[in-house]
Amino acid sequence: MTRADLMALLPLLTLSMFCILTMLAIAVRRHHPTIAVLAAAGCLVTIATLPFSRSSQSHPVTDLLVFDSAALFYMGLLLSATTVIIGLSFRYLAVQVRQGEQSEEFYLLLLLATLGALVLTAAAHLVTLFLGLELIGVSLYGLIGYLRSRRTSLEAALKYVILSGSASAFLLFGMALLYFETGAMVFTDIGAHLLPATEVSALWLTGFLLVLVGVGFKLGLVPFHWWIPDVYQGAPAPVTAFVATVSKGAVFALLLRFIGDLNGLQVGAVVQLFAVLAALTMFIGNFLALLQNNVKRLLAYSSITHFGYVLVAFLAGGPLGAEAVTFYLVAYFIMTLGAFGVVSVLSEAGRDADQMDDYRGLLWMHPWLAGVFILMLLSLAGIPITIGFMGKFYAVAAGLGAGLWLLVLLLVINSAIAVYYYLRLVLTMVEQPLLPTDDVRVEPIGGRWIAVVSLGFVTAMLLSLGVYPGPLMAVIRDVFDPLLRPMAAS
Amino acid sequence: MILWTLILIPLLAAPVAWWSESRSREAPRWLAAGALTMNLILALFVVNQAESGNGRWLVETMEPWISQWGIGLHLGLDGVSLVLVLLTAFLGLVAIISSWTEISTRIGFFHFNLLVVLSGVFGVFLALDLFLFFVFWEVMLVPMYLLIAIWGHEQRRYAALKFFLFTQAGSLVLFVAIVALATLHGQHTGTPSFDYSALLALPIAPTVAWWLMLGFFLGFVVKLPAVPFHTWLPDAHTEAPTGGSVILAGLLLKTGAYGLLRFAIPLFPEASRDFAPVAMALGVAGILYGGVLAFAQTDFKRLVAYSSVSHLGFALVGIYALTGLALQGAIVQLVAHGISTGALFMLAGALQERLHTRDMRCMGGLWASVPRLSALALFFAVASLGLPGLANFVGEFLVLFGAYARHPLMAAFAAAGMVIAAVYSLALLQRTFFGPQVNNVVPDLSTVAFVALIIMGAVQVGLGWYPGLLLATTKPAIQSLLPADHLAVRVAESGKGTAFRNAKNPVELR
Repeated sequence: MTRADLMALLPLLTLSMFCILTMLAIAVRRHHPTIAVLAAAGCLVTIATLPFSRSSQSHPVTDLLVFDSAALFYMGLLLSATTVIIGLSFRYLAVQVRQGEQSEEFYLLLLLATLGALVLTAAAHLVTLFLGLELIGVSLYGLIGYLRSRRTSLEAALKYVILSGSASAFLLFGMALLYFETGAMVFTDIGAHLLPATEVSALWLTGFLLVLVGVGFKLGLVPFHWWIPDVYQGAPAPVTAFVATVSKGAVFALLLRFIGDLNGLQVGAVVQLFAVLAALTMFIGNFLALLQNNVKRLLAYSSITHFGYVLVAFLAGGPLGAEAVTFYLVAYFIMTLGAFGVVSVLSEAGRDADQMDDYRGLLWMHPWLAGVFILMLLSLAGIPITIGFMGKFYAVAAGLGAGLWLLVLLLVINSAIAVYYYLRLVLTMVEQPLLPTDDVRVEPIGGRWIAVVSLGFVTAMLLSLGVYPGPLMAVIRDVFDPLLRPMAAS
Repeated sequence: MILWTLILIPLLAAPVAWWSESRSREAPRWLAAGALTMNLILALFVVNQAESGNGRWLVETMEPWISQWGIGLHLGLDGVSLVLVLLTAFLGLVAIISSWTEISTRIGFFHFNLLVVLSGVFGVFLALDLFLFFVFWEVMLVPMYLLIAIWGHEQRRYAALKFFLFTQAGSLVLFVAIVALATLHGQHTGTPSFDYSALLALPIAPTVAWWLMLGFFLGFVVKLPAVPFHTWLPDAHTEAPTGGSVILAGLLLKTGAYGLLRFAIPLFPEASRDFAPVAMALGVAGILYGGVLAFAQTDFKRLVAYSSVSHLGFALVGIYALTGLALQGAIVQLVAHGISTGALFMLAGALQERLHTRDMRCMGGLWASVPRLSALALFFAVASLGLPGLANFVGEFLVLFGAYARHPLMAAFAAAGMVIAAVYSLALLQRTFFGPQVNNVVPDLSTVAFVALIIMGAVQVGLGWYPGLLLATTKPAIQSLLPADHLAVRVAESGKGTAFRNAKNPVELR
């Protein structure tokens, strides 16, 4: 291993070091603020190491990992998201954790899961793929069930363990088949097997499909979405935010690389499969969201739908497709963090604020908080001057550029349907409050300002990138243009 | 820069108005009124500046925005925009005056929303970049939705949701068409562009043009609204607070018509010409259907709402007649309808404030107790039925005149709409203000509202007797909007005359 390799690995090494540091710090002294600051510092320092890891070309470190600008961009995105989530968790945990429970390990698990996510963004080998996925998965078992005195939380954790386990089994079997057929575990080598032949062998396709089942599960694509609503509802709100953003985002970054390296979009069957997945995901996610009265479940189904939109951009292929996917994911991260952030700020001891009634008249009781939530919902609905609109614009433009008329039309129809349930929530917030306005709840627990800063940051990003997205677009274009991985050739 | 000022004044005044509620309950009203007065003065000032323009546009400004996609902050003002901008500032003031006594809760937030809607409307009338246009187009939507949902009447939730869903669905179709157009530009020249002038010069294959034109048409016609996309309108207009109704009827509907004549027709001249008979038929259907339904209403505001469908049918016929005369008529009709319907909604709001009902079966003989209100209602009702000497007549007459040259049959049917208009307008008056007195004596119109309505009446009379002023302002703009002219320009520029069929005989302007 050369010095250059070590430099490239720096982000992963730094974050691992902070995981260990956090663990040791907990052993030495249990002090909630210290550990939270340590975890946040871990993320920030790791972000600071990203420029050092950057080199002019993509830098493979052994066969397992590739550090290119796309991987580094996604790492930055994931780490920023984790930082925001730590900010949101602090007060949430201070409110929720009861006597005899500890809140410190939460941050350790969060860092570990993020480490897994970083590994995924750089994975170029089936082994790192599996390693990253399991690192996220196992940490999430603990995180989802973290508030163990809550029944729903435990139920969600159990559900996640079982379903995630079976998805991993599919994934492993698929990998085995791919290896059996090609004798390779590096993505590009598996893809090289494809190149000369115009038609794909059945075994290869089966293996590929099984891997896709595993990935589709993590992304919550229909028909692998069954766990999403229950886990979103049961998990503590900051963990829900983590599952919705970091976990899904990392897997999509992996999917981009995997399909790109495999030249997957050259295979007609694969394209059709993704098109069907996208259509199903958009429609079923939307229709189920229409029926929800629980805010966290509603956001869960809405997040399913959003991955349908991302798939449309993904199917466009080429650098434009990758750009659109990445931009959309940034937008999705911002608005999802904001929405779940509001949910976690509003949660009282013992339960999350997930009933519609918790939001009735919010605009008159907490105008700022409600304003943030309304902005997030409008962004999710794709209304201009928010980044959600720019994301949708990018997806539509990529889709039309690639001639995916039908899918773009479906995307648009679904956006129109989705407006209904987002507006229902907005409407609830502008109604007369149930309680008289002067009944302001006393907030005895400190640390509220951290959540305020986190939400403020997310909102500022939402608006500034919604009004002036040029710089971000330029960065993303820079990330994907010099690469022009095989996927781009299509 | 002056154009941006028009958009930014209401936009920046909006949060201040919201905040100022904590100082004084009256402050938001004065602030909003002040902001719009400034805009009105500014717009009149632009009239004087008119000569300084570059020919096509009286005032134009252009800054890059998202250069990767060829999106620019491109604003331009020609005669048509100018007239509509003036109308916006004027009706904005009217809306504030009409909510002066009606809105008593959350005054700050009300005026916040009002100002943001108006800012969006100004933007729509000025934007010359399709992306920017769409942004403004959507900016109008959410605050309007909140205006209906928070301060509306009994069925406000339903009405607000319906309004939003219909218009958003239309907007999304429009959005796809816009992006597709920009993508076409990208495929043709290598760089995508949303700029109006760049897209005008873009040659488009006939079938593609037809589909894109349909997308634009759908997006705009939902807002207009034409039959059969009109069902959101009666609900939204009826349930909205008075100020909201004035803005909806007076301005938001105009944005649909404006979109058609600014974008749909010039961008796709051939496709629009082929489609014109269908569009005119929809317009005629709207005139007749809206009129008949208006007659059947018992709710004062609902009647006026259906009459809007009928009046905007005239605008649609005028726009798609594609003759200079009819287009001019359509624009006069837009202005006239904005004023007459705005006034009628204001009167309906005043009646509801006094009687706590909009049901005309519970009204009667009001003339005795509220003579000023009743007299003004008489005036605006006959204005809306098209009495010669008032502005609506000029608009409808020009539309019919211009449309007759193209489709005599359609023009004949449309003319029947004027008869129906007389029937429902007079029925409205008779049911409400004449006959035996059934209501208690209530106070007459307040002085502020009275003065506002008198001014609106004066504008009606002025435009009715001397439409030349408006016609002269819009004439150069309309000449450049007409497909025939564009065709000539395009062929000359692209040198691909074979791609287009020859224009029908160029149309003479009066």
